[in-house]
Amino acid sequence: MGKFKKIAVLVALALCFAAPVTMAAGGSTKMAKADIDPGNISSLQRGARNFMNYCSGCHSAQYVRYKTIGKYLGLSEEQLIDNLMFNADKTFETIQASMSSVDAARWYGVAPPDMSLMVRAKGADHVYNFLKTFYVSKDSPTGVNNLVLAGTSMPHVLWELQGFQVANFSTHDNEDGSVTTTFEGFEPLTAGSMDAKDYDEFVRDTVNFLAYISEPIRSDRRKLGVWVLMFLIFFYILASMLKKQIWKDVK
Amino acid sequence: MTEDDLDRNRRHFLTVATLVTGAAGAGMAAIPFLSSLKPSARAQALGAPVEVPLSSMQPGEMVRVLWRGKLVFVLRRTKEMLANLPKVDPELRDPKSDVVTQQPQYARNATRSIKPQYLVIEGSCTHLGCAPLQDFDVRPAEGWEGGFFCPCHGSKFDLAGRVFKGVPAPTNLKVPPYRFVRDDLILIGQDSGAA
Amino acid sequence: MARIEAEVGKPQGGLVKWIDDRFPMTSTLKYHVTEYYASKNFNMWYVFGVLAFVVLIIQLLTGIFLTMNYKPAAADAFASVEYIMRDVEWGWLIRYMHSTGASFFFIVVYLHMYRAMLYGSYKKPRELIWLIGMLIFLVLMAEAFAGYLLPWGQMSYWGAQVIISLFGAIPWVGDALVEIIRGDYSISDITLNRFFALHVILLPLVLIGLVFVHIVALHEVGSNNPDGIDIKKNKDASGKPVDGVAFHPYHTSKDLVAIIIFLMIFSAVVFFAPDMGGYFLEHANFEPANLTATPEHIAPVWYFTPFYAILRAVPDKLWGFILFVTAVLLPVFLPWLDRSRVRSIRYRGWIYKSALAVFTVTFLMLGWLGTMPADGLYVLMARILSVVYFAFFLLMPYYTAIDKTKPVPDRVVYHG
Repeated sequence: MGKFKKIAVLVALALCFAAPVTMAAGGSTKMAKADIDPGNISSLQRGARNFMNYCSGCHSAQYVRYKTIGKYLGLSEEQLIDNLMFNADKTFETIQASMSSVDAARWYGVAPPDMSLMVRAKGADHVYNFLKTFYVSKDSPTGVNNLVLAGTSMPHVLWELQGFQVANFSTHDNEDGSVTTTFEGFEPLTAGSMDAKDYDEFVRDTVNFLAYISEPIRSDRRKLGVWVLMFLIFFYILASMLKKQIWKDVK
Repeated sequence: MTEDDLDRNRRHFLTVATLVTGAAGAGMAAIPFLSSLKPSARAQALGAPVEVPLSSMQPGEMVRVLWRGKLVFVLRRTKEMLANLPKVDPELRDPKSDVVTQQPQYARNATRSIKPQYLVIEGSCTHLGCAPLQDFDVRPAEGWEGGFFCPCHGSKFDLAGRVFKGVPAPTNLKVPPYRFVRDDLILIGQDSGAA
Repeated sequence: MARIEAEVGKPQGGLVKWIDDRFPMTSTLKYHVTEYYASKNFNMWYVFGVLAFVVLIIQLLTGIFLTMNYKPAAADAFASVEYIMRDVEWGWLIRYMHSTGASFFFIVVYLHMYRAMLYGSYKKPRELIWLIGMLIFLVLMAEAFAGYLLPWGQMSYWGAQVIISLFGAIPWVGDALVEIIRGDYSISDITLNRFFALHVILLPLVLIGLVFVHIVALHEVGSNNPDGIDIKKNKDASGKPVDGVAFHPYHTSKDLVAIIIFLMIFSAVVFFAPDMGGYFLEHANFEPANLTATPEHIAPVWYFTPFYAILRAVPDKLWGFILFVTAVLLPVFLPWLDRSRVRSIRYRGWIYKSALAVFTVTFLMLGWLGTMPADGLYVLMARILSVVYFAFFLLMPYYTAIDKTKPVPDRVVYHG
């Protein structure tokens, strides 16, 4: 049976090898880790509230039903209706933006993207850093630019909480005549209602919620996976005993 | 017992145990596949209860609504209509609504409704599912007190959706679950039992 | 399985006899199962045929259930996949099984093909089995490619764009061919619709037919073994090969263990890492197809990357295409390229052993390079490795002919 084990190890190794390579292939700018905790229900509840209060005016989550959220976050139908559902009255409805995407496209140039799968497509770190790195810029029609997504048409919606900040860049003339711009750091311009730590938590909770809605069954599948593997181990023990018994007479 | 016998017993036991475990595994694996055939969350959302306002409904007027893609009739019966109901009892197959599957308990009465004037029934003939037509004109010469007539195979029902004798439809028209949210608003698809 | 054995063994009568008079049931079972003798010294490399069959079943089964909820239209496809993932009860499991199954199909098939290279399974008299197998591999690539367009994500769209455009490199007919494949002037709703038809009807039918023929051809000449010995040359008084054991119950019981181990690895991915770090489900494919913006870094799914790396290594569109196609097709000729007198690597000389080792590393490296950006050092590496890839096949007639082989024993090596 050693041979079968060998191959299992081989394949497992090959699979493990695959994961870090993509990680390395990720973004070029250094990003802070979002450090979200998918198991923290109260963080998810706060994130849901943040999303519905600050994001859902413009961003839909068109594949997500309130009911699904309520079940996972332990919220009753009344709690859902009172705290989260501002433009829906039935819990089986999906999260639609208050603003129509046609209006949004007219005002911002592009329709605000749907948030159902944002974290799955871009990664939690990307969204986390995006929400934290708006800085004042005179060249932009919204008055702000973003370090993660340069030239974004999204205004700094959370300015009341974070305040505005200025980004400092240093430039370096290369030998070939090109100019390299390096980001040096942020400097607060106006204070928001939250200090840096609270704002950090606010964004983290929101990203945590977005990560959750990008795959609501994540925790279900991991729980079920344990049972499936336990069953297969039991099945393996039986089958390998049977195999040994049957092969006993092969000389 | 010889060593051979022991071996044979052991092998038999292991064969059976492996087969049973494999069958159990296959059975469990079948659950997700079969469950996926059930109405999905979207189907359930689309099949949510339907509200019907009654405030503007005149006596004798009927509205058709769709609940879960099924046609539902809501008829506000006149006093005459209600008075005529008992007259046809002898000609009916099930005048007392004894077939319990055809209506919730609260509609198992003489008018087959919660409030006598409002009839709520599914517009689906119990024969083969065609939508019955309304035929509310009273024609004493024919003994017709008004009711529903199915164009497909000629089944006839009275103004409480009760089936007449001698037609292909076996049972009364079905009363869906419903409840009065207010005096002038009913909710079809949900009764007070399951709020 | 024990039941079947019992019934076959006992005097025939009743239902079995009734069927046997009309259909060769018992004789077929004997020929392919209870009296099909394969070498007793099969090692782990010999489980991948059965595993490929298991994956085929998984793909067919999950595919049927996905088809019930998927909508093959540009406007609906992406949303219908999310509908399956969220609204259909257990839909996520069925979808993850299918997407994971696609990758495992290739893992298993690549290992199955590698086994043939290790033990010379393609050599006479098994050339036809190898040819049918290569045909299965080509159809599988087409099947995977068509299937990858269906979720209608960014990678689906732009990956298809790149690969279909390849055919435009063919002189004179290229552009017309590309239009015929797409059925439109760009990849559109029409393309999606026909790829759906190919993915769920035509290609699976062909695949099942080829797999059937593959197994019939195998059972005609008999399975090879790690020693590359013809076990039929050494039979006992009853005409049964002395080194062979019946497929059932011996190999079935062994294969069952392999299947369970396979299912463990498969489940581990399905339940704990269905994206596989972006290799099995690419991140960009969670964004709906956007015809106005190509994703920053575009790479095909990992199972195509070795050939994709060769394609990119060539700085000319037509030659890139030619070398790409040649690289895929070269293994077809292995039975005739390989001039060695022995089958198994166990009795080959150092030249083939080294060549195969270099080829193994080359293929894996090409696969890795195909996922990396096409610049600088990576392109240089891909070029060198492409030359090695082609040299392995094209020089094979020479180096296998001069390679010193060891004497092959009469009986298979088996340590019980």
